[in-house]
Amino acid sequence: MSQEHSGHTEHRDDIGSKMGMWIFIFTELLLFGGLFLVYAVYRNQYSEDFHIAASQLNTFLGTLNTIILLVSSMTVAMSVTAIQKNDHKLSFRLLLITLLLALAFLVNKYFEYSAKIHHDIYPGSDLVTNLKHGQTLFFGLYFFMTALHGFHIIVGMILLSVIAYKVKKGKINSEDHVLLENGGLYWHLVDLIWIFLFPLLYLIS
Amino acid sequence: MQADGNNLSGSYLMSGGKKKTLKMWLTSTDHKIIGLMYLYAILVFFLVGAVLGILMRTELIKPGQDIMNPQAYNGMFTVHGVIMIFLVVIPGLAAVFGNLFMPIQIGARDVAFPKLNLMSWYIYIVGAILAIISQFARDGAPDTGWTFYAPYSTSSGTNVVFGVFAAFVLGFSSILTGLNFIVTIHRMRAPGMTWFRMPLFPWSLYATAWIQVLATPIVGITLLMIIAERWFKIGFFDPALGGDPILYQHLFWIYSHPAVYIMILPAMGVITEIIPTFAQKRVFGYKAIAISSLAIAGVGYLVWGHHMYTSGMSDFSRIFFSLLTFIVAVPSAIKVFNWISTLYKGSIDLKPPLLYALAFMFLFMIGGLTGLILGSLGTDVHVHDTAFVVAHFHYIIFGGMGFAFFAAMHYWFPKIYGRMYNIRWANISFVFTIVGFNLLYFPLFVIGLQGMPRRYFDYLEQFQLGHFLSTMGAYVLGIGITMMIYNLAKGARTGDPAPMNPWGGKTLEWTISSPPTTENFDEIPTITEQPYNYE
Repeated sequence: MSQEHSGHTEHRDDIGSKMGMWIFIFTELLLFGGLFLVYAVYRNQYSEDFHIAASQLNTFLGTLNTIILLVSSMTVAMSVTAIQKNDHKLSFRLLLITLLLALAFLVNKYFEYSAKIHHDIYPGSDLVTNLKHGQTLFFGLYFFMTALHGFHIIVGMILLSVIAYKVKKGKINSEDHVLLENGGLYWHLVDLIWIFLFPLLYLIS
Repeated sequence: MQADGNNLSGSYLMSGGKKKTLKMWLTSTDHKIIGLMYLYAILVFFLVGAVLGILMRTELIKPGQDIMNPQAYNGMFTVHGVIMIFLVVIPGLAAVFGNLFMPIQIGARDVAFPKLNLMSWYIYIVGAILAIISQFARDGAPDTGWTFYAPYSTSSGTNVVFGVFAAFVLGFSSILTGLNFIVTIHRMRAPGMTWFRMPLFPWSLYATAWIQVLATPIVGITLLMIIAERWFKIGFFDPALGGDPILYQHLFWIYSHPAVYIMILPAMGVITEIIPTFAQKRVFGYKAIAISSLAIAGVGYLVWGHHMYTSGMSDFSRIFFSLLTFIVAVPSAIKVFNWISTLYKGSIDLKPPLLYALAFMFLFMIGGLTGLILGSLGTDVHVHDTAFVVAHFHYIIFGGMGFAFFAAMHYWFPKIYGRMYNIRWANISFVFTIVGFNLLYFPLFVIGLQGMPRRYFDYLEQFQLGHFLSTMGAYVLGIGITMMIYNLAKGARTGDPAPMNPWGGKTLEWTISSPPTTENFDEIPTITEQPYNYE
């Protein structure tokens, strides 16, 4: 059956695939949109507490991570261009650089989290639950939003690893590279969400 | 070949002259097989939900404790709600008949992403398993109601996390189906099939798919927040930590009201297919019906606040939400007028699919008009959280979506299985279902107006008659549905072979063999005219 059936499912439509990816990206934006809404409500209600709590975050690490993600977005875009110009090796290397940058982001995040946890700042800790309401909520939002974003980084890394493997094997090539483009789109989304998280959590203080 | 266009031996259900094995079913990316797998899964969960409903009705047959304790009752209405809403009604028509017939109706061989389609089914099954675990795991079934309102859902000692996570996973499945359908409808219509030559069932699915894609993520994140609240005390919805439970209600209904339109829009699409076929008449107001689907989807996104009139909102917001609620009734009414105008002076053939379609219109109008009573601010305060609300949404969800599902089942049955069910028994079971349905839910309007609250385990003597009638209705409806399913199951196995076009329909699925081949079409048709060109 599967042989006789696979004949017709081999239908290829690059525009359709990209359209599907864009729609998926909408849903991801809406997923975070719910959190931005909660942020907006509580920022409005407790603006002073948010201000104080935000000053506890490490702006240096935040900025560093922003730069890392921006560069990784560039490398993944360059990887797409490379494959279009039929340079497999370069495309593969650029994907590896992207993955390394993603890893660097997570390492930074790890140090950031552990410093916070070291100071008893984590959701549900005695310290956080006894802070002023707005500060408790700020740290709740901080951990929830960055953890969810971190999860997206990991998903993106898995996706890009699969893509890098396929580039290496020549399954993604200058003729058929919609998967790489979609992976790139997803990675830009992960970057874009961070671009919003960074000022909301680190800079407005 | 016994009947004209019958293709029992070479259909998508067969492989190499034999019936497909279970493994072939579970790995097939054929949209029709996936549609049927959804059908069987949904049928099982529908029966589980229905049995829970009948048990609850039995408990309510007279005042006092009869067959279960109050905690069991709370668990039962929660799990009944979760199963019926997330496992049956939301995927229902779109995943079953959308998968089975949307690609055929637009002249395609499959959906845009067949593998993703199969994956959606597996995600659905994972969600279903989680929902079942929530019922039986150690801490007892969740007792919050399917709405998981904070702060109770963040403090209840029952398996709320499983229930909530099940809903999250099922939402993910729903998003992927919606995404798949949008791309399919954009990219895979047959040559010559412009948007306004597309049948109206795909139109309704298109509007539905956008709601699935745009609304579901909001409830997804909200449900994750509930889990985080329970595990980490982030405080978003906990007043003791500065959070706001009302914010939960907003976030929940931003999805869950549009979800009502995820349920009802495909149902309207089914009815719009059936009525022109059995009136043998061009559908009245084709464009109005197509556009009204989009209008319902658009405006329906903005009416969630009408679930919260008594929760605490500014007067201005309440008036605004009430106004929008009345506006969303307009495109729904446009559809009803168009169906009636299509029937007017048609050559009506009163076969079971049309009977169910007419029942849909009758029940949907009762449900819709009582919805306006709930949508207006003054009256809502009186009937809020009473049995009136229960009656209203069962008229819409069960009377609307459920009866449209039965209608679709009887309409497309010969195409799906290549055999015909027994029409006489279909008519008899129809009488049982429609009588049982009204007997079950109409008394709830009355006792609701008199003040019977919803979700109560016990009640005062004065509501005895209404509850008794309602329980009797549940039994009659149960008999009707059992008869219907038996008749259909028998028809699928041993019914007479059905011809290519038993009802004289004009859309593309009636131009191919019954059942279709795996490829649907030998050659993709070129479309030159509107879908319902009856003489």
